[in-house]
This record gives sequence, C-alpha cells and structure tokens, in this order.
Amino acid sequence: MAKPASLSFWRGVACAVLLLVVGVSLAANWLAPAGYAKQYREAAGAPPSHEHWLGTDDIGRDRFARVLYGTRISLLLGPAAALLSTLLAALIGGLAGYLGGGWARGAMAVTDLFLSLPWLFLLITVRAVLPLNVSPLVSVLVTFLMLGLLGWTSAARVLCATAGTLRNTDFVRQARASGIGGARLFWIHVLPNMKPALYAQFWISIPVFILSEANLGILGLGVAEPLPSWGSLLKELEGLVSIGEEPWKFVPLILLVIVVTSFQMLLSKQDEVTA
Amino acid sequence: MRSSRFTLTKSLKTFALAAFCLAIMTGSSLGQGQLRFCLRSEPKTFDPLKVEDDASVAIRYLTGGVLVRMNRQTQVLEPGLALSWKVSKDSRQISFKLRSGISFSDGTAFSAEDVAYTVQQLMDPGLHSATGDAFRSGPGKVETKVVSPTEISITFPAPVAGLDRQFDQVAMMSAHSPKKEMAVLGPFMVADYKPGATVLLKRNPNYWKTDEQGRKLPYLDSIQLDIQPNRDVEMLRFKRSEIDLINFLDSEYYDKLASTSPNLVHDAGPSLDSEQMWFNEVAKAPLPDYKKDWFRSAAFRRAISQAINRADMARVVFRGHAQPAVGPVSPANKFWFNAKLKAEPYSPDAALKALLTQGFHLDNGVLKDSKGNEVVFSIVTNSGNKYRERMATMIQEDLQKIGIKVNVVTLDFPSLIERITQTFDYEAILLGLTNVGLDPNDQMTVWLSSSDTHQWNPSEKTPETPWEAEIDNLMRAQAAAADPEKRKESFDRVQEIAVEQAPFIYLVNRNALSAVSAGVQGASPVILVPQTYWNAERLAVK
Amino acid sequence: MLGRRIARHGATLIATALLGGLLSATLVRLAPGFDTDEAQLDPHLSSESIRALHQTRADQRNVLVFYLHSLGRALHGDLGSSISLKQPVTTLLHDRGPLTLKLVGLGLLLSWAAVMALSLSAAWLRLFAYDALATVVTGTFLCIPAAVLALLSVLWNVPGAIAIALIVFPRDYRYTRNLLEKAYSLPHIVTARAKGLSKLRILFWHVVPVVAPQLLALAGVSVSLALGAAIPVEALCGLAGIGQLAWQAALARDLPLLMNITVLVTLVTLLANSGADVIGHVWRSQQA
Repeated sequence: MAKPASLSFWRGVACAVLLLVVGVSLAANWLAPAGYAKQYREAAGAPPSHEHWLGTDDIGRDRFARVLYGTRISLLLGPAAALLSTLLAALIGGLAGYLGGGWARGAMAVTDLFLSLPWLFLLITVRAVLPLNVSPLVSVLVTFLMLGLLGWTSAARVLCATAGTLRNTDFVRQARASGIGGARLFWIHVLPNMKPALYAQFWISIPVFILSEANLGILGLGVAEPLPSWGSLLKELEGLVSIGEEPWKFVPLILLVIVVTSFQMLLSKQDEVTA
Repeated sequence: MRSSRFTLTKSLKTFALAAFCLAIMTGSSLGQGQLRFCLRSEPKTFDPLKVEDDASVAIRYLTGGVLVRMNRQTQVLEPGLALSWKVSKDSRQISFKLRSGISFSDGTAFSAEDVAYTVQQLMDPGLHSATGDAFRSGPGKVETKVVSPTEISITFPAPVAGLDRQFDQVAMMSAHSPKKEMAVLGPFMVADYKPGATVLLKRNPNYWKTDEQGRKLPYLDSIQLDIQPNRDVEMLRFKRSEIDLINFLDSEYYDKLASTSPNLVHDAGPSLDSEQMWFNEVAKAPLPDYKKDWFRSAAFRRAISQAINRADMARVVFRGHAQPAVGPVSPANKFWFNAKLKAEPYSPDAALKALLTQGFHLDNGVLKDSKGNEVVFSIVTNSGNKYRERMATMIQEDLQKIGIKVNVVTLDFPSLIERITQTFDYEAILLGLTNVGLDPNDQMTVWLSSSDTHQWNPSEKTPETPWEAEIDNLMRAQAAAADPEKRKESFDRVQEIAVEQAPFIYLVNRNALSAVSAGVQGASPVILVPQTYWNAERLAVK
Repeated sequence: MLGRRIARHGATLIATALLGGLLSATLVRLAPGFDTDEAQLDPHLSSESIRALHQTRADQRNVLVFYLHSLGRALHGDLGSSISLKQPVTTLLHDRGPLTLKLVGLGLLLSWAAVMALSLSAAWLRLFAYDALATVVTGTFLCIPAAVLALLSVLWNVPGAIAIALIVFPRDYRYTRNLLEKAYSLPHIVTARAKGLSKLRILFWHVVPVVAPQLLALAGVSVSLALGAAIPVEALCGLAGIGQLAWQAALARDLPLLMNITVLVTLVTLLANSGADVIGHVWRSQQA
C-alpha cells in the first residue's frame, strides 16, 4: 500500500525536473555548443558526436542547441495557451452548466458548432492578415493565442455537465438557501469543484498545443525558421522509415513526456493515494 | 498392332495440341504479372483531353493511343498510330498516314474520322485544357480533312512550333464508341477505379503493337495504381515489396535504399526540372517603393544570386543528387542548353561589393540601402515541401552573411497562388519549374511579358524593360522559325539575357531519381516523364 | 417531458447544422486562395483558359446566394459537385462514409475500452505506482504527433482504428481518471468506505453513477475528437474516407465539398452530444 508521503516526494521531484528544464533552457546561451541557427553544412544529418551531442539536423544545425532553445518557446507558450483555453472552457462551459436551461442549451449548441467548423480557414485568414515580415516572436504568440482561443470546446462540454451536476448537489442547495447566489456561488462553490476536469483540460492541452503549433507551420503560422520549437523538432519523427536507425531524434519526445508527466504530478491531489 | 496404332494416334493428337498451343502463344502476349506503383494524388479525370494533374497524365500515358510517340529514352519522335507524317514548311499543316486494322479497346474500329473528331474536340473553344492550348497559336478555326480512312490532314490557323511533337500528348478518342473516353487505343485500359484508393488498369486486348518476335504487347496483365500522397508511406511499401517502383524518389530515400540495395535505385542524372526563386517586380504590388526599387534592380538580383551557395544546396538538401543550376534550361536538355553559360559562382564578397556599389552600406553588420532602410525581405514557398523549406533556410543563412535578413514563410499552395497571381502580395518566391518537354515553346508563356504566367511581372501591357522586349521578340522568332539551328540561336540569347538580368534566380537542377524492384524486367529509367514506366508495354513482373 | 427534450434537441440539431454549413462556407469563401487553382501556374495554359478557370467558381462568390441555392438542391438530393474531384458530392460521401464510420466507430470503441479498463482499475486499485505508470503511458501517447501514430500503424501493419484509439484515449483517460478521483472524495463515498463496503461495490454503485453524466458528455466530445483524428490517419494510411476527402477539399478550397462535409460532421457531433445530453438527463432524473 502506497504511503501519503510518496506523492509529496514525487511532486518535489516533478517540481525539480520542471525547474531544471526551465533553468537549462534559460541558460541555453551558455550551455548550447552553438547557436540554434548555425548550419554545419559539412556535418548535415550527422549522428551524435563530441561536437554535436544529439547530432545535427538535415541542414547541419546542432540538435542539442535547438532542443535547448526550443524548450523556451514551447515550455512558456504551451502552458500559457493551455491556461487560456482552460479558463475559457471554465467560463463558457461552467457558467452554462451552472445557469442551466436555455443558457446551457444555447452555449452547448454554440460549442458543438465550434467543434465542427473548419477553423483551418480562420487560421489561414489570420496568416493572410499578418504581414509577411512579421517577427518570429509575434508569429508564435499569435499562434498560441489562436490555439488557446479555439481549444476550449471539448472541455466546455464536460465542464457544462459537471456544473450541471453540481448545481443540484446538497451543498450548493444549502449555500443557495443560506442566501449565497449568483456569481459568488459560482466562483466560491461550483468552480473549485470543477478542478478535476479543469486540470485534465490544462494537462492535455499542453502537449496538444505544442504539437499543433508545428502543424500550423503549413499555414505559415507557428514558429518561423530558424527558431526551433518542440513541435518542429518532433516533426522529424515523421521520417519513420529511418527513425529506427536514428534514435536520438526521440530526445525531444522523451523531454516532452517528462515535462508533461511532471505537470501531471504537480496537479495530482493529495488524497489520491489513500487506500 | 492395335496397340501401336493407338500409341501413334495418341502421339499425333498430342503433337497437334502442342502445335496449336504454340501457335496461340506466338500470336498471344506473355501474360507477365501485375505492376504496382503509387500515384501521388487522386486523378481528376479520365478524359484525355482535359488532363491537367500528374495522376491523370500518368493514366493517359498508359491508356492513351497517340499518333506519334516521343521515345523517352532516345528523345526521338517515333510512329505510333500513324505510320508516317508530314509537317508543312509553315508549320500550319500536318498530314498523317494511319495504320489500318486497329480497334479501340471495346472493338470499335479506329480510322481517320476518329482523329478528326479528337482534334475538333481538342480545339473546342470551350475546352480550356493545357493539351488543347498547346496548339492554340492564333485565332481561327482548325480544319480537318479526312482524305481516306487512313489519311488525314489538319490545318491550323497559325504556325504551331513543334507541331508533330505536340501530338505525343493527344490521345485519340473514338467518334462512335458508346464508352466515350473509356474506349482507348493504348496498351492498358481502366478496369476499375476505387476513389481515393486505387486505379486498376488491365491489358487492352485490342492493342495494336507487337514486339520484335511478333508477340502482342503489353507483356503485363495489369497495372495497379495506389493513391498515396505520402512519400514516407510510399517508401515503406516499396521496402515491403508492396509496390514495384517509385517514379520520383526523394534523395534521402535514394541514399538509404542505395546503402542496402544499390541495384534497386537509379540516378538518371540531372532532370529537366529546376528550383528557382524570383523577386516581385510588379509595379502595382502592395510593397514599399524602396523594396520595389531593390527587386527591380538587376544588379540587386544578381548580387543575391552570387550570395547563394548552390553547391551546398545540392550537396546538403539533395544529398549530392542535384547540380547547381545555370539558367532556364537544364544541361540534361542537350540540344537546347546554352553550353556557354556557367553556374553563378558562390561569392558573398563579390555580392556585397556589388551591393555597396549600388549605394547599399553595412551598419553594424546590417545591410541598409542608400535611404537607410534595412534590407529585410521574406521568401515564401509552399508548405509540405521539405526540400524547398530547407533551401529557403539555407538562403536565409547565406544572405545573413552579407547583412540581409530573410524571413522564411511557408504557405499552403492556394494561398501562395493567390499572392503570385492575384494580390501580388509577396516579396520573393521559391518554387520549382517542372519541364515535361524539351522544346523551349513549352516555356513560351513564362517568357512572354504579356502572359499570365510571366511570373515576376505577369500580364504586362507592353514590355516594361528593354530586355523583356528583346526576350518577347526572340521567343516569337524561335517559335516561327522552322530551322532548329536558327531557333537555337534565338533561344540561346534568351538564356543569356535570363542569366544577365536574373528575373529568376536558378538554384539547382535535381537529378531524376527512381527505384525499381528486382522483379521488374525491362525497366530502364530515364529523365523524361514518366521516368520508370515510359516503356510500360514492354515491362514484365516476375 | 423526455419527448419534448428530444424534439428540442432535434430542432437545435437541424438549426445548428444549417448554421454550421453557412459559417463554414463563409470561412472557406473568405480565406485566401479561394479563387485559385494550381493549374494557373501551368505555362501551357492560355490566358483564356486561366480566365475560364476563374469562372468555374463564379457562382460561389456570393456565399449567401450559393448557400441558399445549395440548400434548395439538397432538398432534391443533389449536394452539388466537387470542384477538385469533379464528381457529385453525394457519390463521394456515399462511397467514403462507411469507411470513416467503421474506422471512427471502431477507434472509439477501442479507445473507450482502454479508458474504462485503465481508469476503473486505477480507481479500484488506488495505487500511486499504477497511477504514475498510467500517466506516463497516456502522456507518451499524447506527446506523439498524430501523423507519427498513423505512420506507425502503417509501419506495423495495424488497422487505422488502433491509431485513432491511441490518439483519442489519452485525452479521455485523463478526464475520466480525474473525475473518478474527485468522486472518491465525496462525503457519501467516505461514509460507504467507513461502513466497510467493498471496493468494487463502491466503485460501480456509488462512484461511477455520480460521474456518469460527465462521462457521457466526454463520450459525446470524443466523437468529434475521433473525427478529427481520422483526417491524418486516413491521409497517411491511404484510406479513402471522409477524413482524407476533407483534407483534399481543404487544400483545394473545394467549397461544395467542404460545406457538405461540415454539415455532416456538425450533424454527427450534435447527434453524439445531444444523445449524451439526453441520456445524462434521463440518468440524473433516475438518480434523483
């Protein structure tokens, strides 16, 4: 039987891991053997070596450097976009479920519509509106903003159902009977009890948005060359025919899994381990 | 006695049966298996006159019967359904003498009437196809005259350069068959089509051709074409022997296959295709005036060209399976290539010097023009093409060395086309040119300044520069000339101007790479499309 | 009461699907590249042919008029013709629909089987190590790009449905696990445990019923997740389904095809979610 203390230990480990990853990425200027954009064209596609710990990519850029610098962007903006989508889901889905009736029906119809529309074309239009010479930072900020603004829909439905269930629970009825109503009831009594779904939404959104950013590269959004991101590094895995011979390409995936697992550890509840 | 007679009779019967079978076999085809390969997209049409996309072109090549066929290996025009032909001196009229006794796949007889019907359909003003437009050299009606069931002459309103060669793309259709475009004269016919999945071609039982031993062609029973846009999956399937050939093999897969099975890969040398970039020279483009000044300066364009390391591009991006490009024509096009031209040498110092003489200056490592504007521009290319994305990133690094900041933007193809053809909202584009044919007339609309596909500055009312006017005159001259040497002289000069003025900055000519499995007999990949199955009627699969 | 609810859902469904069709048509129409064709870059095409190419979409330039005409035709069973594939949309959807239905249906079944098996066992066992392992496994699949999972399914010759299941299940697992976790902290569960009820009884009689409405909502949402996952899986596995069709249509800005696919997807999404809502409502009423 697991002891309660083990969760605290693992949370500590998770915290340390995240801090380490963040710290290393911030120290990329000193730790990276070369700039993320420098092309060692004589050593393009090289395997790991003393000079290039994770080898080089197809045009000779040091992969280790790109992982370090890419961590900054993905680790900062991925969770930020995830937070935005979670908050939107909480507001829209949670409020709809809390208010019930026509509000819930209307909000969920809008949510279903949102789920079905081809947002690809909105993103293409956003790219068209942005100047061609937009700075890579603005491009990536806009990308993650769009992801956050569009990624709330699946969680909203679950949150609506959760809030709908909570609306009729005894403690909420009791609170209402005590004279607490409206926004206060929602923020103080209902919203905190939606944490499981909120945490799930946040946790899922981080890797999903990081990967989506890379896919949005086909529309001209996302991180522009030569800036690296985890998403663009993970796209190398699509060359599956040779991936078995180049296992070092899995390092960004392993790093992402470690970070995502660490986030989950941080979000886990204390009473999870009581038997 | 009875027993001997019985034995003799039996032997005679056996011999007769064997002789009968041999007779059938001599007149019949070999029945040599099924060839399988992938199409990279869904075919849009089976109507040979409306073909535009690569998948439909492939099917037309395999099923269409043509009057003359360009031998992709020797690059010489050979008789097809026509035994002989004659082109008039003014290139307006062509007469064909057809083979007799030929039928379409459904048994309908083929005659000069079908040729007339096909040509009339092709030249219908409402058709709007690339195949038909190749013959539209001037306004007016096309006259067809059926002299006999096996003789026809076709007269065009204006000269058509390379008139006979153009018929390599025109698959004959039946005027009478109820099956319309599905009745074919080629070696194969469409037997089944599962949208999004496969196209199955079966041997055309009425195909007219035989081999040197008198055996009916094609050797193959069928060809299965799987629709597979993803090259990784295509490569996987080839390695698993699920398909027999890859027509356009990526250079990284070439190397990987070559390391384990060198006999399966083929490098036919430089192809006719080129990768190039160009700057926006459209006067009404929504760009700042100072940028327009840069892009419209030939000296600026040449300096950029000098600053790009083409050798690195060929070596790194294409793993050595490409050559630095010289000009609009690949060296693989032996007759038309201007051998006096050389690839631009990589020289960032010379490029910077040239820019400095133009009034640019370096300010803390950043190049600025005479008005103090930082030299920054974007290169747009189509997303999903990893080679172009890599080339653009390499150009970005090369130009950074001379203080120029380049932003690489990848867009989906429709958005890219809109910017190139309608909004002109771009600064530089990196794309490729696929040359299907050898003749410079195939590039006519690229060079004519009034054309919609004169990419750097389309649809000019009058040529905006003297050199564009010169190119217009030269292209028209070579199109009107009958003597190949005179044509070459004109087109050589076009190539020289193209290199001097650099409206296109030619980057590399990719090699024609392909893969053919060991079980395929008779394959001999070439540079002309279709590289691996150009002689499909003579291929066999063990 | 239930009948009225179902009728209300039905009316919302139709109205939302129609609105979805109009909105998607508007999005496609206004997006860059609408009025273009790859053939425009073909140097063999004459100016007249290029102008004729532009004209093929002339009737689509006014979205509202186009949409109303399309609705009128749809009432007679004519969904228009695909510009990129030059075939009737009805034929395309009819030919490809069953494959996607099968792929998505099987994928969802496998996904939910995995979700329920993993989350219920984790809730029952309540072992930190088991939870941690499940988190790592689901986190790994969440971090692998969908295209890579699809390619792996080709590499290992496994059905595309498994790739879809692997794309959908990590998301559903996390929600389910968190909801079950939360339910365990409810007062009546604590009471039940104190009273010595067996773990299995607590799980299936007291925990699962509490979270059932949310799980049903999640099930409804997972249908649209699976439909989204079908696009890369079909495209890469060479499966001629609606997902592959949608991707081709998007690249070609094929308005008639995209509009109809959106309406179809909206209907399916709404049906799934409305169904989940109705069942959830019935469940809550029975529990009350």
